[in-house]
Amino acid sequence: MNGYGGSILRVNLSTGTITREPTSLELARDFIGGRGFGIYFLTKEVPVHADPLGPENKLIISNGPLSGMLAPGGGKCDWTCKSPLTGGYADASMGGHFTAEMKYAGLDSIILEGQSSKPVYLFIENAKAELRDASSLWGKGAIDTEVELKQMHGEPYQVAAIGPGGENQVLYACINHDYGRQAGRGGVGAVMGSKKLKAIVLHGTNSVPVADPEAYRKAGMALYKACKAADNLADWTRYGTTIVVSWCDEVGALPTRNFSAGSFEGGKTLYGPVMREQIVITDKGCFGCPCPCGKYSNMKRYGTRVEGPEYETIGMLGSDVGLSDIQDVAQANLLCDDLGIDSISAGGCISWAMEAYEKGVLTKEDTDGLDLRFGNVEAVFTAIKKIAAREGKLGALLSEGSKRAAIKVGKGTQDYAIQIKGMEQSAYAIHNATAMLISYMTCDVGAHHNRAWAITYDLQVGRDKVVPEKVARVIWLQHFRPMFDVLGGCRLQWVELGIDRDLYVPLLEAITGIKRTWEDLEKTGERIWNLTRLYWMREIDGFGRSWDQPSPRFYTEAPISGATAGQITRLEDVQKLLDMYYEQRGWDAEGHPTSSTLEKLDLLEFAI
Amino acid sequence: MRLYADSAKCSGCNACRVACSLNLFGETNPKKAALIIEPHFPEPGVYEVKVCTQCGECAQVCPVECIKQDDRGVYYVVQEDCIMCEACVPVCPEGVMFMDASLVPDTAWECDLCGDCVEVCGTSALRIAEKETA
Repeated sequence: MNGYGGSILRVNLSTGTITREPTSLELARDFIGGRGFGIYFLTKEVPVHADPLGPENKLIISNGPLSGMLAPGGGKCDWTCKSPLTGGYADASMGGHFTAEMKYAGLDSIILEGQSSKPVYLFIENAKAELRDASSLWGKGAIDTEVELKQMHGEPYQVAAIGPGGENQVLYACINHDYGRQAGRGGVGAVMGSKKLKAIVLHGTNSVPVADPEAYRKAGMALYKACKAADNLADWTRYGTTIVVSWCDEVGALPTRNFSAGSFEGGKTLYGPVMREQIVITDKGCFGCPCPCGKYSNMKRYGTRVEGPEYETIGMLGSDVGLSDIQDVAQANLLCDDLGIDSISAGGCISWAMEAYEKGVLTKEDTDGLDLRFGNVEAVFTAIKKIAAREGKLGALLSEGSKRAAIKVGKGTQDYAIQIKGMEQSAYAIHNATAMLISYMTCDVGAHHNRAWAITYDLQVGRDKVVPEKVARVIWLQHFRPMFDVLGGCRLQWVELGIDRDLYVPLLEAITGIKRTWEDLEKTGERIWNLTRLYWMREIDGFGRSWDQPSPRFYTEAPISGATAGQITRLEDVQKLLDMYYEQRGWDAEGHPTSSTLEKLDLLEFAI
Repeated sequence: MRLYADSAKCSGCNACRVACSLNLFGETNPKKAALIIEPHFPEPGVYEVKVCTQCGECAQVCPVECIKQDDRGVYYVVQEDCIMCEACVPVCPEGVMFMDASLVPDTAWECDLCGDCVEVCGTSALRIAEKETA
């Protein structure tokens, strides 16, 4: 099957049964791969209202036709499940080398089902796959686990592992790979932990067939050539995602002290050039990437090393918790990675608790004696450790996510739990930035930026404008950008280097033998978007408009300082944006796809 | 001429190895590449790239003289003549002479200096230049 590994590996952790089935041609045609395969299997195979941490939930790991190929950035792996954090759809994208190795082992998806009674790890080598005892690894950090498994099996083996956070089923636990790449969001690591699966070890040596070898090589080389000729290649490679820290600080998008502002007085010491000069020792790329955003850093003060921090972590465990020293932020990053919790949600939960503490709603009795003020670095480190271990009152409270924590604490704290659908908002402050606001409100995993990064568009057309063009832009981005998560590739060559997206069209055709224009691909993107919406509706009674609301902070409290001081989006404009969004999508006033929309998208069989 | 690698610039992406396998075998399979990237993580946190230096040790020990030099002076394996004796593999000082019958049943392989790895390397860690003489 051209461009594919050719099979799906199904691993039942309850029974220990492992089977391989051929990847269906129809599935590849209609859902292509990655996130498309994920939502397909999730919808078809996981029972309605399954307990996300129970045996019925499945963790679906998928690559796509660009993965492992001569394609810039073909190193993205999609992890899909029902989210324990939100109760709805989740998928998390992981870079590194795992996805390519999967394909070389002949696999397009790995479907993890059931629950083991004892800790195990999954060992895969080409056609061989078996569950092995992981008792000696249980309790260890994700980094030590990777080190041990590589020592045991060899450096070429790729490893994905959970840390104690996943074992303890922290609702935003992540999965770690390649000493610094994560499937980070939505609690995919908790689902892996609930199955008592400590790690996956993977090695493949098969070649990947392609439809037209000559055209494939030509199209692949053309893409690399375009990347190398891009004006932004040198700067982007030097700084990676930290290139935007200064810009965000200047325009008021850098989350500061629980998103109460978008500019940070300590921001300058977190800027990309400062980090590069002070701590970065190596550029670290995902598979096939000509413009590696990964930065490997050495924190001399702590005697430690970490991949990162990248922008999101600088925002959420830097400015948002009031830390201004890049070594401190990098150390917090390392703790999250090794203990296996999502640094974005961790930062969101800790900053919420810090605000509640400073307001006197939480006291030292609630924080196990921690002086949880903004800027207290030791408090941040301790809080991360407590969360991963679910230790003490603070760990128990914050390990469930900020939405649940705020409901439990009450006293107005829900108004400043910066989350949507139960997922902590990633690191873009959206005071008076209406395109990014509607992007977050409607993102299909919760408040995450990667589907539609629209904040530059806000500045381009006027940040306070509430116009259909903004909504149309967000919808287009929601179809286009996640297509890279379907294809098993990375969007950043397009986003950051400005590569002509039409260069991917002949490459994809030469690999798969199926001709697809971007119009075709965006149509698939729209089908997937509507399917993920249907999944939320299916799982959550009463799911609709009320679930698409932002944190009240962005329509009730203007920042008192920084670039967005005094700026706010009015609540009526928030609702107007949502009305426009639903209308343009062909959804009703509750945000449910209408039957004619589903018919148009050939999705009637999935209707709720 | 030979290939030079600056390990400090390598980000470990392996695009070079995909391009290499495509050139040598027409296949997408970095396990069939003729250069090596060794990651050293989490400590000290560097990549080490190993490439053919065109030293010719492999050709000297080949009992059937199937490792020849092209008109650039670059060594290459005449695949149909290789008898898989493996004599060339241990003598390679860089460890980039390969033989693995489970991957490629009928020949050893090495870098033929096609230059595709240089073309795809985004961090300019690889280059082709005249051999520097001591």
